[in-house]
Amino acid sequence: MVRITLIIAAMLFMALFLVFPLAVVFSEALSAGLGSYLSSIADPNVTSAIELTLIIAVIAVPANLIFGVCASWCIARFDFVGRNLLITLIDLPFSISPVIAGLLEVLLFGLNGLLGNWLSNNNIQIIFALPGMVIATIFVTFPFVAREVIPLAQEQGNDEEEAAVTLGASGLQIFWRVSLPKLRWGLFYGVLLCNARAMGEFGAVSVVSGKVFGETDTLSLAVESLYESYEIQAAFAVASLLAMLALVTLVLKSALEWWHREELHAVRRKKAA
Amino acid sequence: MSASLAGARIKWRQPSILPGFVPSLTVTLVWLGIIVIGPLGVMLWFTAGLGWEGFFDIITRPRVLGDLWVSLYTALMASLVNAGFGLLVAWVLTRYEFPGRRLADALVDLPFALPTAVAGIALSTLYAPNGWIGAVLAPLGIHIAFTPAGIVVAMMFISLPFIVRTVQPVIQDLEVEQEEAASLMGASPAQIFLRISLPAIFPSLLTGFALAFARCLGEYGSIIFIAGNKPFISEIVPVLIVAQLDQFDYEGATAIGTLMLGVSFLLLLAINLLQAWVRRRHGG
Repeated sequence: MVRITLIIAAMLFMALFLVFPLAVVFSEALSAGLGSYLSSIADPNVTSAIELTLIIAVIAVPANLIFGVCASWCIARFDFVGRNLLITLIDLPFSISPVIAGLLEVLLFGLNGLLGNWLSNNNIQIIFALPGMVIATIFVTFPFVAREVIPLAQEQGNDEEEAAVTLGASGLQIFWRVSLPKLRWGLFYGVLLCNARAMGEFGAVSVVSGKVFGETDTLSLAVESLYESYEIQAAFAVASLLAMLALVTLVLKSALEWWHREELHAVRRKKAA
Repeated sequence: MSASLAGARIKWRQPSILPGFVPSLTVTLVWLGIIVIGPLGVMLWFTAGLGWEGFFDIITRPRVLGDLWVSLYTALMASLVNAGFGLLVAWVLTRYEFPGRRLADALVDLPFALPTAVAGIALSTLYAPNGWIGAVLAPLGIHIAFTPAGIVVAMMFISLPFIVRTVQPVIQDLEVEQEEAASLMGASPAQIFLRISLPAIFPSLLTGFALAFARCLGEYGSIIFIAGNKPFISEIVPVLIVAQLDQFDYEGATAIGTLMLGVSFLLLLAINLLQAWVRRRHGG
């Protein structure tokens, strides 16, 4: 009896707090019929926002992937003084408000910023343009790959790598043929989460974007632009694209957790402890 | 001779036969410096340029203090309420088997995956007086959208997974034998939960609460749509920082940003201490 009551209470709460917001996105997006839904998405300003979002993700995600692999190699394979401090520093962007991430870029590259004079003399625009948005996105997604891969690599240990060294493998051979295959699911998992955040980031990108709808608006910023100009149905149509991205991310994430739960489970436990 | 020299050298890393330590550490440190540490240093340097008095003048402006209060109490409310609901959800998903459990478990991560702007307009529409939920509450005189309650709702949405995902592994590791023994000795289910399960879960619940609180304080995207953004009443600190930037008041934005950074650091410290405590209690 207690059990049924608890299950019902928890599911009601989840329906109200998680399912309703998701449902309202699609219901509002389709409120004027499929035709206007499709034409809202085909709007040139929206397609350019899709393009910009993809460009940002295509730069930011590989940047953090390469960083994550490097960081996991030195942190998980070696034991050195300051290792835990390094992990804490890598996690830092998680506890910093995205708005501050944007502010940092403004202080560095803005007109009155540290490099502002030099940049304007050389006619380089970073703030209110693509480079600033990319850097802000890299900042907020900085820990995503590293914090999935480091615990996994630590959990797996170095036995195979050390065996490869004694058999005469070179560093690159060890990396490509031993370590990378061991870590691939953890890497994929990290990339998945990193990508979802990179494509959906709002706060940091909104501070450094010029917010010109059709030019420097990402999908998230387009949602805001449309919503603020009372084009509610169009705003939800764009939002539905992002919601579908979130759902695809969740499905892939659950599938990964299901198929590779042994390795990923160990990681989750280690992180929670 | 050479042995004593080697012994005198400070050993800052354990020897290893694996290659690639120096290059990978160099890339990691340089990239970390460029993206995270350098920019943070620049912000602190700009703040130092304001001088202690300049900094103090800005952070004691009435609007800053008012908004800080709004941020703190809404984040506290949201994390407290979520600690209850998050524990309930984590308990049900880990302990009970029922149809749809896997789907519900996957759905817990929705707030991680759903972009905050989408969450913002969705919640704002739901809780507006003519929305699905707002229309039910409005006749009762309860208004959520465009009030501080709206901020709490948005914060609850974005921070739910932090609590559930922190508590879940601990519930999974609880030894059912203890509960069974208590039950055999005649303890009621409520007694078992309050005296055996809850004390074991509590440290992780506290960690989840702190993580949620930190996330709520920094949140921006989902809140601007549902809060009225009225100074002193429904304006949170991140919104104020953006407002300062829009008025080209970089000094104000920098000082308030540094204040928020300080609060985040204190929270991070608290979370680390809590996690160390949890580890000690669980013996590894």
